[in-house]
Amino acid sequence: MINSSSTLGSAETQKSLLQRLPKDTGILLVLVGIAAIFEVLGWFVVEQTFIFNGQRLFIMILQMAIIGILAIGVGQIIIMAGIDLSGGSILGFAGIVAASLAQSSEYARAVYPALTDLPIIFPVLAGIAVGALLGFVNGSVIALTAIPPFIATLGMLVAARGLARWYTSGKQVSFLTEDFAIFGSGAWPVVTFLIVAGVFHVLLKYTVYGRRTYAIGSNEDAARVAGIAVKRHKILVYTMAGALYGIASIVQTSRAMTAQSGTGLMLELDAISAVVIGGTSLFGGRGRIMGTIIGVLILGTLTSGFTFLGIDVYYINIVKGVLIVAAVVADTYRQKRVAA
Amino acid sequence: MNDARKIVLRTQGLCKNYGGVQALKGADFELREGEHIAIVGDNGAGKSTFVRQITGVEQPSSGQMFFDGKEVSFKSPLDAREAGIEAVFQNLALANDLDVPANIFLGREEVYFNLGPFSFLNEKKMLAKAKEGLEKTAVKIPNLRNAIGNMSGGQRQCVAISRSAAFASKLIIMDEPTAALGVQETTQVENIIRRLKKQGIPLILISHNLRQVFNLVDRIFVFRRGEIVGVVDADKTDGNEIVSLITGVKTGVHENASYI
Repeated sequence: MINSSSTLGSAETQKSLLQRLPKDTGILLVLVGIAAIFEVLGWFVVEQTFIFNGQRLFIMILQMAIIGILAIGVGQIIIMAGIDLSGGSILGFAGIVAASLAQSSEYARAVYPALTDLPIIFPVLAGIAVGALLGFVNGSVIALTAIPPFIATLGMLVAARGLARWYTSGKQVSFLTEDFAIFGSGAWPVVTFLIVAGVFHVLLKYTVYGRRTYAIGSNEDAARVAGIAVKRHKILVYTMAGALYGIASIVQTSRAMTAQSGTGLMLELDAISAVVIGGTSLFGGRGRIMGTIIGVLILGTLTSGFTFLGIDVYYINIVKGVLIVAAVVADTYRQKRVAA
Repeated sequence: MNDARKIVLRTQGLCKNYGGVQALKGADFELREGEHIAIVGDNGAGKSTFVRQITGVEQPSSGQMFFDGKEVSFKSPLDAREAGIEAVFQNLALANDLDVPANIFLGREEVYFNLGPFSFLNEKKMLAKAKEGLEKTAVKIPNLRNAIGNMSGGQRQCVAISRSAAFASKLIIMDEPTAALGVQETTQVENIIRRLKKQGIPLILISHNLRQVFNLVDRIFVFRRGEIVGVVDADKTDGNEIVSLITGVKTGVHENASYI
């Protein structure tokens, strides 16, 4: 008690070298380390370079773009101390709705037989709107009934999948217009991901939206007492996440040029994994877009590396599982240190 | 008592029930301009319940409340704050992952131009104002951009208090502001309270520490079992009388060391 005066003023002087590095250095080192391991193994096992192959890197990033967009959406929810398990299902339903409006009229239409070719803006807006609407439902249920987000979004995970099956009576929706292929072609998925990441980086760091998201995640009671409309903000954040799932569904559908009720199955788990590996705290209040991007790249590097070495892909899930648990253990340890 | 001073806050028959439990039974309370008063009482006497009603955190079951000459009923803490009531709560109500300016301006962020939730934060202005607010409390915090969670209890309490003081409100309420603090930090907080007195800002202090209460305030309201059982001028009473009122035992000399 008496020596408490010394604690005033010591906060800055006690900063270690580690704390002075940019915040995502640790996780970036993990990424570099994993890439380096594959590089070294590559020399010995398949006598090829892993990193210095532009095409492989591009394909890797391309494949991760959809998970990346989902991860940005669920990441901001986790920062708010929530969780959303319904990303993959919402992607599936939004994608099938978008596809049904993007079908070429030359072929039999799965859902709307009388429809002519629509400008691609319609399926795109429809996909995003469906995602946002289901996100709004998620947020409203969580905010108004105060049930745990885990349960609410688990319900949505099941229900949205059911909606997708009901919407097409289980049929696949194929033969989309050529124009619709643009969002999945070339570098567009990556560009979309980077735009989404950039927008949400700015939103979370520089706007009232972000400030309130972090505040609610850090201490919901304090946020309420400070006069933040916590319920309304929760609904907004879940709706924004839903809109991102909608954007991801457009990229996914455009790449595959077909949609079925099973599209996006379990993708939410990869997205949540990327967020957690990227240093976002499941306790809320902490997390950054840059970390999530690195988390996404780590998952992509693992998949790409296992393929590169010709190792059976199911081993990758073991490594992923270990990484996720390690990330949460590291975060828990950090929480305890702060609390002490 | 100079009764010519304007009444800032008055409550009449304020009641609060939680289910079948009557936590507050018709509190009649009055606070005048520039006055510093203390609320004392045992645990569960209704002190915090009373504060939650007048700060809009909860809504009273019945009774009236007048603030600044008008009858008011606060639907939320924001209503109370907009009316000019600032509160420092027992559990600090800070977001540990945010820095000092972010906490001081939580819920009323300075922005460049209003786009609702998508307004861009004016961090520069908030930082400058936060520095100004903390200067009023004469407390030094080395790096305002550090997360609050990394700071000492005293520093955090000073941030919470300067949040109230910075908004130059009509009334500040402090619920056990020094309960978790060391000796030196307690002194700092007491100095802040004295400075507020000089500035003429009315204050309601809830404290278990009778020494602190006698040192700082003009009048003392004693709560017991949800009722106000006594209102005494701080310079016309002593520890024994207050302890009698708190415990409800009217006679005899009490060993009040634990309170002082």
